[in-house]
Amino acid sequence: MAVLAIIDYGMGNLRSVSNALLRVAPAGDRVVLTSSPEVVRAADRVVFPGQGAARDCMREIVGHGLVDAVLDAAASRPFLGICMGMQVLLAHSEENGGIDCLGVYPGTVRYFGRSPRDPLSGERLKVPHMGWNQLQQSRPHPLWSGILDLSRFYFVHSYYVAPAETGLVAATASYGVDFCAALARDNVFAIQCHPEKSAEAGLQLLHNFARWNGKPA
Amino acid sequence: MPLARRIIPCLDVDNGRVVKGVRFIDIRDAGDPVEIARRYGEQGADEITFLDITASSDERETMAHVVEAVAAEVFIPLTVGGGIRALEDIRRILNAGADKVAINSAAVARPEFVREAAERFGNQCIVVAIDAKRVSVPGEPLKWEIFTHGGRRATGIDAIAWAIRMAEYGAGELLVTSMDRDGTREGFDLELMRAVSEAVPVPLIASGGVGNLEHLAEGITQGRADAVLAASIFHFGEHTVGEAKAHLAAEGIEIRL
Repeated sequence: MAVLAIIDYGMGNLRSVSNALLRVAPAGDRVVLTSSPEVVRAADRVVFPGQGAARDCMREIVGHGLVDAVLDAAASRPFLGICMGMQVLLAHSEENGGIDCLGVYPGTVRYFGRSPRDPLSGERLKVPHMGWNQLQQSRPHPLWSGILDLSRFYFVHSYYVAPAETGLVAATASYGVDFCAALARDNVFAIQCHPEKSAEAGLQLLHNFARWNGKPA
Repeated sequence: MPLARRIIPCLDVDNGRVVKGVRFIDIRDAGDPVEIARRYGEQGADEITFLDITASSDERETMAHVVEAVAAEVFIPLTVGGGIRALEDIRRILNAGADKVAINSAAVARPEFVREAAERFGNQCIVVAIDAKRVSVPGEPLKWEIFTHGGRRATGIDAIAWAIRMAEYGAGELLVTSMDRDGTREGFDLELMRAVSEAVPVPLIASGGVGNLEHLAEGITQGRADAVLAASIFHFGEHTVGEAKAHLAAEGIEIRL
């Protein structure tokens, strides 16, 4: 019986994440919402969700004493970052006037801009980038199993990840710019959109994560 | 542009039942919210919005239970509006499984509430709902005024200026309902929608007046809405969400099939 821990640092739609994982996790597995570093350390898989602002996210995980447990999980076990839980894995975010993040990967989190334009159509784009957009898979990965390339997922964000190494990119999406919509390395997979709110495709990705052995291929 | 326009069925919920009124009155029963939400999810709805029109506060718990039941089996974004007056109301409804809340009267009563809510929960989950009514007379430039309390109370506030202010205060999205059109089935107030959409940097959900599938398309192409919300054309079995999407796709509108 495996334990899947969802890190609860007081922000975001945690109920949605746990509802979706409860739906797809193997029978007998436990899905726990926790703010305890010990529980995170003991879990077999870890989901790091998140919504809101980078400053608040960093403040809350520091305040809950969760930084080391998050870094430990990202270094050792199947780890899924979602939305803000992806962004804070980078070194730095432009949000809130500039915030240092966890620095698991080199790179920056950038702002779409207040009123960006689509370079092709010239159309003004709304920010947040909100709604269903296509994920273009950059390379094979166990978490893409059963998910067609260019499937639509639900996004809601104003900042996007720009990793310094292109080898980290597992999927891109396009919104005025082509941006990194998922990154993966070793036992870590992180995604900008919300699989817990992305109907069948999202449930399939969570289903895959709940069975992933943490190997990149 | 690959981002899809959204179709959002709206469920007006009164004490645990879905109802639908015409111009905010003359209400008829349309069924069980959990069953209806599940059906719309299966049909490919991009989100679902619940508006709690329950009058008394002790029945508000009912809404949280409805959201809990829906969120356990429908995995698309859920928005809940109606009676959201305090940060505690937002926390409770998000904990029940909602992804966004829509704030209307409380924003007018105290605009800072929107700023506080966005700071606490993130602007991605704060929708400001605006009920607007035309107040200009023929020959004058178009002008809309916002109303609160289910459309019963005039405020004297200009709708476009209010939309801009609410986006600045941290609304991640605006849900604009034309009171002149709501329940009439005559189509969106396209001039209102376009005026708001062009004035704000955040997404616009157009609401009020959808009577056929072409109205949904017009809301996007002419009203410049990022999402279109409708109730009665779906509730009473005239159209499925799937038919609506096929209609938009046939007109070249980017949608999620």
